[in-house]
Amino acid sequence: MTTPLVRTVTVVNPEGVHLRPADQLVRLASQFESNILIGKNSEMVDAKSILSLMTLGAEQGCDLQIEVEGSDAELAIAKVADLISSGFPPEDSDAEPSADGSVDAVSQDGSV
Amino acid sequence: MMVQLQGIPVSPGVVIAPALVLDASGYQIPRVLVEASEADDEYARLRSAIDAATERLAQHAAGTAAVAGASTGNIFAAQAQMLADPRLMAELKRRVLEENQCADYAVSRVLQNYAAALRKLSNPLLAQRAQDVDDIRLQLLEALGAVQRQSVDDLDQEAVVFAHDLTPSETANLDRRYVRGFGTEVGGSGGHTAIVAKGLEIPAVVGVGSFLERVRTGDLTIVDGDRGLLVIRPDEETVEQYRKQLERRASLREQLETLRELPAETLDGVRVTLSANIEFPEEAASAVRRGGDGIGLYRTEFLYLARNDEPTEEDHYAAYRQVVEQVDGRPVVIRTLDLGADKMGHRPLAEQEHNPFLGLRSIRLSLRNLDLFRPQLRAILRAAAHGEIRIMFPLITTIAELRQARLLINLVAEDLVDEGIEHQSDIPIGIMVEVPATVMMLDHYIGEVDFFSIGTNDLAQYALAVDRSNEYVADLYQSVDPAVLRLISRCIDVAGDGDRPLSVCGEMSSMPGRAMLLLGMGIRHLSVPPAQLPKIKKIIRSVSIDQCREIASRALSMEAARDIDLYLLGQLEALVPEVVVR
Repeated sequence: MTTPLVRTVTVVNPEGVHLRPADQLVRLASQFESNILIGKNSEMVDAKSILSLMTLGAEQGCDLQIEVEGSDAELAIAKVADLISSGFPPEDSDAEPSADGSVDAVSQDGSV
Repeated sequence: MMVQLQGIPVSPGVVIAPALVLDASGYQIPRVLVEASEADDEYARLRSAIDAATERLAQHAAGTAAVAGASTGNIFAAQAQMLADPRLMAELKRRVLEENQCADYAVSRVLQNYAAALRKLSNPLLAQRAQDVDDIRLQLLEALGAVQRQSVDDLDQEAVVFAHDLTPSETANLDRRYVRGFGTEVGGSGGHTAIVAKGLEIPAVVGVGSFLERVRTGDLTIVDGDRGLLVIRPDEETVEQYRKQLERRASLREQLETLRELPAETLDGVRVTLSANIEFPEEAASAVRRGGDGIGLYRTEFLYLARNDEPTEEDHYAAYRQVVEQVDGRPVVIRTLDLGADKMGHRPLAEQEHNPFLGLRSIRLSLRNLDLFRPQLRAILRAAAHGEIRIMFPLITTIAELRQARLLINLVAEDLVDEGIEHQSDIPIGIMVEVPATVMMLDHYIGEVDFFSIGTNDLAQYALAVDRSNEYVADLYQSVDPAVLRLISRCIDVAGDGDRPLSVCGEMSSMPGRAMLLLGMGIRHLSVPPAQLPKIKKIIRSVSIDQCREIASRALSMEAARDIDLYLLGQLEALVPEVVVR
């Protein structure tokens, strides 16, 4: 049994985890094999479920816990934390986050 | 089985007609189970419905992104993400395969739960996303063949319209030839549905609470707009009872018709001006036919609501001319745009106002959006060349607003002169008195206006701090509240001292008992919906000012709206029993 990786990030974008941010988050999370849970006040939901994410009601300034468990957990938690703490920047349609390009993000982040 | 429901009566009258249930978001899908052996087939049916809905969304996304930019298209992309949600799928699968629920019911329940969870969120932006979940649910239910979206535009037979709430554009687009009544789950007196129903002269009951699941399109229903009752699938006896009442009403109406040519004069010879409130230009004719002394309030909002684009100066002008030409020289008071920013659907003028009733609305909106306001003012001055037009500004709260609006009239008039366009710029200018602050400062307005008109609906709402369209507090909203009566008394005193005409055009003046009260308080000009003209004229012609004064002095000494209402009802039964239909 591995221990899940855990991290806490703050929601910075004014609209919170609104429709489009939730969509972005789900698309990112779905690229990983790991089980990714996100929550506030110990209410944890599946980061691959847009409906669950929205019902979390995460507003600007709210602290979110991320718990990731699985084979690609390290990369997954780095990418997910980065997306939330950078305020869900608008994506370029052809710059899909991909598993190989993301190593940079981990090292920049200095995480794990 | 017959179901009888109590709501808030907002537009009088009784109708017996089949139901048309709108607002499919209110649909409740019955809990139906399938045979265990059929569960796999049912699940396959669900899967293909999901595929069909996803396909349709992808088309919407592409289409919208092409015309409105990628970010709007993203909304559909996010909805597609919801349709692919693994938690949703797991829950639907479990309900169908393990609990053997039919797909329709499973979809309906699961997505309603999500929407309910979203609505509970304190952040309004997030809570609003429940609409997207509702949308998904509807699309799936449509794909499953469980519901059909009904459109109000293609109504082709008489019906009573039932909905959770009616939006302004829905009501504006209703085919008025066929709608015979309204019943809504939410809303209060003085709210949108109420005003429209009165404009259309059809009975309406609002604030009934959740009931759409108990009525189906085609069910025979009765809307009793006098007592605030909805009767669904009435039994023979009830229908018979109501039919008899309809006959009695028809005979009362015939009796009142005979008053048409007679003046609105009290027993002791005091002439009262009795004019009509209208919404649509076509109503002007019925106001005159029923013996009105002109149009005391022409609400111009429907020019904005009934269409997808903004009305042009010519649209305004055509409507105003139509009204003027139908009233045969009688005065017409045109009220400028009185909408909230939230109602300006085609052009959002404010974002996320937390409290629209205290927000950017009415004259405030007009003064901030001169490109919207100017065409209306120009059209009013142009139409004034053809009749007795007066202009009235709504929701004036400070004297500065009035001065700005007046200045703008002057500017617009100069333009018209320069352009050599026929118009009349020297027209009476008045304000609606509907904010308590304005009542307190009314003496300062005397020198700058030609007339006042009290809008009792808004005055009561602002004085009592009650949102009249909020079902939770609608019962606290009473235009006959003694506090409101004191505000009205002050207006009467100030306007009297300053020798400025004062009318009451809120719904208060169209209720027989309250009309007697207003006469007793000193009001000599009432403006009411065209349908109420004969009845109010009957009241005026059946009482003396002395009687009314006594009624007013008793009523003003009471401390609760309810006591005043009961007292007025008693007086009405004693003085004008003919108009009390039981």
